[in-house]
Amino acid sequence: MLDSIKDFAADFFVTGDPLIYGADVSIALVSIAIVFVLTYFKKWKWLWREWLTTVDHKKIGIMYLIASLLMLFRGGVDALLMRTQLALPNVEFLQADHYNAIFTTHGTIMILFMAMPMMFALFNMVVPLQIGARDVAFPFLNALSFWLFLMGAMLLNVSFVIGGSPDAGWLSYPPLSELSGSPGVGQDFYIWGIQISGIGSLATGINFIVTILKMRAPGMKLMKMPLFSWSVLSACITILFAFPILTITLALLFLDRYFGAHFFTLDGGGMSMMYVNLIWMWGHPEVYIVVLPAFGIFSEIVATFSKKTIFGYKSMVFAMMVISVLSFFTWVHHFFTMGSSADVNSFFAITTMAIAIPTGVKVFNWLFTMFRGRISFQSPMLWTMGFIPCFLVGGATGVMLAVAPADFQYHNSYFLIAHFHQVLIGGVVFGYLAGIYYWWPKLFGFKLDEKRGRWAFWTWNIGFYVCFFPQYFLGLDGMTRRVYTYGWDRGWAALNFTSTIGAFMMGIGFLFQVWQIAYSVRKGERATGDAWGGNGRTLEWSIPSPPPVYNFAVVPQVKHADDWFHVKEDKAKGIERPKQQLEPIHMPKNSAIPFVMASFFFLVGFGFTFHWTWMIIVGALGVFGSLFARSFSYDVDYYIPVDEVIETERKLGRSY
Amino acid sequence: MKNSHKWLWGLGIALAIAAVAIVVVWSGSLMVLDPKGPVAEIQKNLIWISVILCAVIIVPVLGIFAFIIVRYRDKPDNKAPYEPNWSHSTKLEAIWWGIPIVIVVLLGYFTVRDTYKLVKPPAETAHVAPVTIQVTSMDWKWLFQYPDQDIATINYINIPENTPIQFVLTSSAAMNSFWIPQLGGQTYAMPGMAMRMWLQADETGEYFGSGANFTGTDFAKMNFTVKSMSQDDFNDWVSKSQQETAKLDNAAYNKLSVKGTADIQTFGSMDPNLFNSIVIKNGGHHHPANGLDIRGAYPVKDGSNESSGSEPDAANQTSGLSQPEMNH
Repeated sequence: MLDSIKDFAADFFVTGDPLIYGADVSIALVSIAIVFVLTYFKKWKWLWREWLTTVDHKKIGIMYLIASLLMLFRGGVDALLMRTQLALPNVEFLQADHYNAIFTTHGTIMILFMAMPMMFALFNMVVPLQIGARDVAFPFLNALSFWLFLMGAMLLNVSFVIGGSPDAGWLSYPPLSELSGSPGVGQDFYIWGIQISGIGSLATGINFIVTILKMRAPGMKLMKMPLFSWSVLSACITILFAFPILTITLALLFLDRYFGAHFFTLDGGGMSMMYVNLIWMWGHPEVYIVVLPAFGIFSEIVATFSKKTIFGYKSMVFAMMVISVLSFFTWVHHFFTMGSSADVNSFFAITTMAIAIPTGVKVFNWLFTMFRGRISFQSPMLWTMGFIPCFLVGGATGVMLAVAPADFQYHNSYFLIAHFHQVLIGGVVFGYLAGIYYWWPKLFGFKLDEKRGRWAFWTWNIGFYVCFFPQYFLGLDGMTRRVYTYGWDRGWAALNFTSTIGAFMMGIGFLFQVWQIAYSVRKGERATGDAWGGNGRTLEWSIPSPPPVYNFAVVPQVKHADDWFHVKEDKAKGIERPKQQLEPIHMPKNSAIPFVMASFFFLVGFGFTFHWTWMIIVGALGVFGSLFARSFSYDVDYYIPVDEVIETERKLGRSY
Repeated sequence: MKNSHKWLWGLGIALAIAAVAIVVVWSGSLMVLDPKGPVAEIQKNLIWISVILCAVIIVPVLGIFAFIIVRYRDKPDNKAPYEPNWSHSTKLEAIWWGIPIVIVVLLGYFTVRDTYKLVKPPAETAHVAPVTIQVTSMDWKWLFQYPDQDIATINYINIPENTPIQFVLTSSAAMNSFWIPQLGGQTYAMPGMAMRMWLQADETGEYFGSGANFTGTDFAKMNFTVKSMSQDDFNDWVSKSQQETAKLDNAAYNKLSVKGTADIQTFGSMDPNLFNSIVIKNGGHHHPANGLDIRGAYPVKDGSNESSGSEPDAANQTSGLSQPEMNH
């Protein structure tokens, strides 16, 4: 009996690596600490009422933000472990398999569990406020999306200490990712972690398309909508078409692994090249899904901090839509080397280069928004200014990679690694950080400290170039990605060492940001409604910071693009808009079902991972039970009476 | 004050130009930019063309960017013009839709030209009979077979200089990618398929090769050396190798198939059908069109037929370097 428990535990838990034992201990300690704090301060009820069951888009946004920052930390630690291993030739810090697991989880986490939720955080924090809505179109579904994402992320993360991490690369090409190449459970954790969070992503995409199309304040024609909301719309349309491909692809891989199907195994008549095509038919649009909202963020920030109307609004909208369509026609550039014909490679080379055109137009428009403006450099603008040169160079190396015959020399080398980190960090991460700095005072009611923010900005930025520029040259000198070690004879030591220094600088930059947040919670400057010196241009700056639960006491009547800017301008001229009548506000009620249902999804995923049929059945019954419960809940909304609204507004210093 | 600023700007720009010049010269020593064969040479030229075309846009834009953030700072004494509502100019926007289009058309021209050019083996040596090497990516070693010479090697190859080399690529396990940077770009080696790729070395020397697509645990150890030598030296090496007693038959192959790394090794003879059987065993039987070998149109043993350089499959070579023979 005892022996069989021992055997089970030895299989179930990841053993034998001091780093992982360290992680086990720290996970246990942190969990105990959280339970203790919640109990000691009697916060369990608060946690349940205010957070676990909330359907408020602002709170869901904040939860996405916290989760994504934790994932940024985890993915960042992965990166530093890798850079430590590669700092010098023949380092024996990580074993081969451990290194392989780490680069796999680094990629998976950074794209799917860091970039995606940070993007959803910004969607939730900003879009309803920006279009004058009181919540998203489907608040319940929104909460469900979040909990599905979180459960999916947890599923992937527990693989670190239970069962073993996936180690076949972040897109896990078969046949390596099939049972023959990856017999362990890591690959199943990967499949189910992504599948479960993927349902959430797709639902969020649908939710925000409907929100933007149906819930804009009266008068806000689409062409008067702020550019960030436009970017969310374009990203969500892309999600709508791309994510089902991912779901199907991984479902087929699951069938191969679980039921012995042969979709991608050549020896059973399948075709692994099909997987590579399918995964990139999702994977390439995915890159644009995460970068389009960043473009939207920059458009808002550049206008606000240049005190000037955005240049070429129509061009900007058109460019984003062109990008989101073109992104579906470039996937083959991820495998020019797989041997398609010259016709095919030429076509995809040209479409890939063509994407640079609308992207370049956007850069010009940002520059000419600043031109003849008055530029100030608070944190959001600083990160935007870090983005422009970084993204220009990253975009240029992307065009170089699109040159098919040259790509045969860049493919899978560190040149490629340097390129996509430059667009994903320089474009996406810098963009989201800029957005977080920009809208932080709106959501939290206080500003983040500028001084510590500057330290963070400069260490991040300089660290970025020190880390990734050497990698272009390593790639040109024949260093391929995913090697866990290399010899002195290769001559790669100096560049790798430099790169590692840069990686640690970025790590220090992240620590500065943690410090900055901790410091600002206590000493941060209180934010007014129009938090950035009264230069806000869009509706979210017209309401208090943080906004009341219903966002807008009265839904604004929109007349112009940048309506809030025009309201202020008119006011200065002595023209006031007529006051509107307060009415009772219709709001959604909290619900525990999203949290419960997502937990059952977790059981399903965990059961499939370990082939525990009983757990799959329990989980599936729970999922259907939750759907059933929701279908027959009728008490799902309530009204806030006018008196209560007046009282809340009075406390916020606004009279009606 | 104004003058000293100008002087500083000048110094900064001069230093930047010097730094770029140093990097450009130094990078000429990096493998990809130091080609030793016609394929890598074409690719290198294309890389520099793309660098220049991108720089034509990037450098002025960075200049404009620097100028704008210096000139339009929000300072009370800033005398630069301020037009808060200026937000549209059809003329300007037409210019910056136009410039990138022109650059993409130019770069697209060079790209397509060379994509088709690399389809065929090097024209200058079209009269030379090519050497065929069958390459198998195994866990975690490279198996090279010389069907015409009846020898095989592990983790190294020797080739004659100025001779087109036809690589036929497959894998017995995960997908890999076969890359010798100084001779030319990579191509995937996939189980159940026989991919083609032409390379050639213009001079003698030793070149680094590696797997470029992740294959699992000891992927990092899948390096090999390519030694390019004179035809005489190559012939000597072949006859010396043929004296080796080790034979690459099924038993030897099964031993190699055990997961793990391997040292360099030479086999003096081999089972001529082994490569075909590797392709078939790993899925080729389900996709007969993937390997010409299997259809019999590509006799493995008879070197003179397959290596004339003008047979239909060579003419049909489509991607820059290779293709899985699946679209016929």
